Amino acid sequence: ELSLLGLHLGGAELLFDGVKNHHVTLPGQSDPWDMKQLLAWIRGNMLKERPELFMQGDTVRPGILVLINDADWELMGELEYQLQDQDNVVFISTLHGG
Amino acid sequence: MCQVEEDYNGLECNQEKITVPTLNRKCMKCKEGTAVLIIRVNDAFCRSCFKEYFIHKFRAMLGKNRVIFPQEKVLLAVSGGTASCSMLSQVQEGLSREAPKKLRFVPGIIYIDDGGACGRSAEERQRSNALLKSIFTETGFTYFIVSLEQVFSLPTSVLVPGTSDPDPSNPSYKQAVDQYIKEKQTLTEENVASAVAQLNIEDSAYSPEHKLALERLFSSMKTLTAKEDMLQTLRQHLILHIARENGYSKVMMGDSCSRLAVKLLSNIALGRGAALASDTGFSDPRYGDVVIVRPMRDYSSKEIAFYSRMFNVPSVFISGLDTKTHDKASIQRLTESFVTNLQFDFPSTVSTIYRTSEKLHTVMPPQSQTAEPASKCLLCLCTLDTKVDKASAFHATLVSEQLSQIKLQDPSLDAPAQSAEQCCTEGQGCGPGGCCSSNRLPSHQDLKTLLCYSCRLTIKDMVATNTLPPYIITEAEKRQKRSQMKMEISEYLLEDDEEDGGTAAL
Repeated sequence: ELSLLGLHLGGAELLFDGVKNHHVTLPGQSDPWDMKQLLAWIRGNMLKERPELFMQGDTVRPGILVLINDADWELMGELEYQLQDQDNVVFISTLHGG
Repeated sequence: MCQVEEDYNGLECNQEKITVPTLNRKCMKCKEGTAVLIIRVNDAFCRSCFKEYFIHKFRAMLGKNRVIFPQEKVLLAVSGGTASCSMLSQVQEGLSREAPKKLRFVPGIIYIDDGGACGRSAEERQRSNALLKSIFTETGFTYFIVSLEQVFSLPTSVLVPGTSDPDPSNPSYKQAVDQYIKEKQTLTEENVASAVAQLNIEDSAYSPEHKLALERLFSSMKTLTAKEDMLQTLRQHLILHIARENGYSKVMMGDSCSRLAVKLLSNIALGRGAALASDTGFSDPRYGDVVIVRPMRDYSSKEIAFYSRMFNVPSVFISGLDTKTHDKASIQRLTESFVTNLQFDFPSTVSTIYRTSEKLHTVMPPQSQTAEPASKCLLCLCTLDTKVDKASAFHATLVSEQLSQIKLQDPSLDAPAQSAEQCCTEGQGCGPGGCCSSNRLPSHQDLKTLLCYSCRLTIKDMVATNTLPPYIITEAEKRQKRSQMKMEISEYLLEDDEEDGGTAAL
């Protein structure tokens, strides 16, 4: 099992019933969880509405930034990053800021 | 175009996004710290270098442009979003005593509560107003929380560009700074701050009639594009009014680089190409006495989002007109989605658009200083671009519009217009109830001559122009009467460049 802390900011929380903080426990599986699987899981289990505003295909919609443990996910391999227990994942929507 | 330091990273060979899977990459600046984010195409920064870079960029932007003089009153337009809140925190940072080269102006904050136009409930609005109020009081600056409904009590002077005060002893920027440093001993910052802090205005109350009027105005606009445009216009007017009333000569907007790139393209699509330089440039002088500046225009939304997350800049997310709408809901929305998606695959999209916008300059016609208000658009105050000659593209659109309209030249429609003319040309003043009385509300036709091309399109999208706020309607009538009068007496007017050929010296 994998325990994660999720955060939705900048408007992204609107797609999750307005809830910003999420404590998520992913079911255990043989292969380690990667971001791609996490996103698919979020789409299936957490997104309350309008999936197209959060995801585009396999990845997040352009305009949504992802931070893993407060670092840019581009530095961590993006979708290929393998999640570890107690990781902190933040999604920030930049489309309605300022 | 071939400059020495030109960054051609994304332009040549349509280079796609480089995914360099590197863990524990080092910061490109200090080469020591672990990189925590990537900005631009492939620049990795560590936390402290990023902070330095971010703060430095703000100062450099203000320093490079040199438009804000010491002790000047500057109004910060904050929408609650991350970009304007980051701007606020940069101003705070810059004004703090520890900063080596302190910023030297007097800030105020303004927030426009446009929930009435966006369909938010009173509780939601109160909630976000309270959150913002706590952020603002934290800063210690004067703040104004104004609801958009206040546009219904604006005076017509808002639509007239003011003249900037031509101080005869107007020093150059450098001289002004030196002078200020010498005089600094006589005025302590604390006194100013405390006196000014007592002026906080929370005018978030609004009357039910105004609320209803605002709702009627926005429901009479048929498209989201027109709504967004009208909202932007009204917001600008309100900010301008507050700035003028309280002696602010500059307004800082928090438009980021990404936002401005989207604005540039969508403005072209909306027909505002003529005003691009002032709409997206660093400074916008169209209001005369109040200059709009955009110090955040060099920051991408990624940089702003990261900075505000990493360094805990307080912000409040407030949903707007286009929140959660689909991609094709409005021109602005579509352009945003286009640019954002393109940026994803070609990461130099936004910076290319931005660099192009930097090269735009407004050509000031020589007599623009003395131009009467009539030659500016009623709503957006840019120079009217619709009085052009027959060989222009604009004229072609007019002709095709006329040709494609159904020919119902109803004689009964013409009659009121004629009688209106007769009423005034007979040399008698119009009594009450005549054509000049304010009971006659402007139709689309009337307003058109006072508006620039894209404002015309916005008004065309309105079902009922009488829902416009009173100050707009009154000013429109005034200008129409004036131009009508001018037409009537035109044969008696001396042309400016008429030579003395007519009067024979006897």
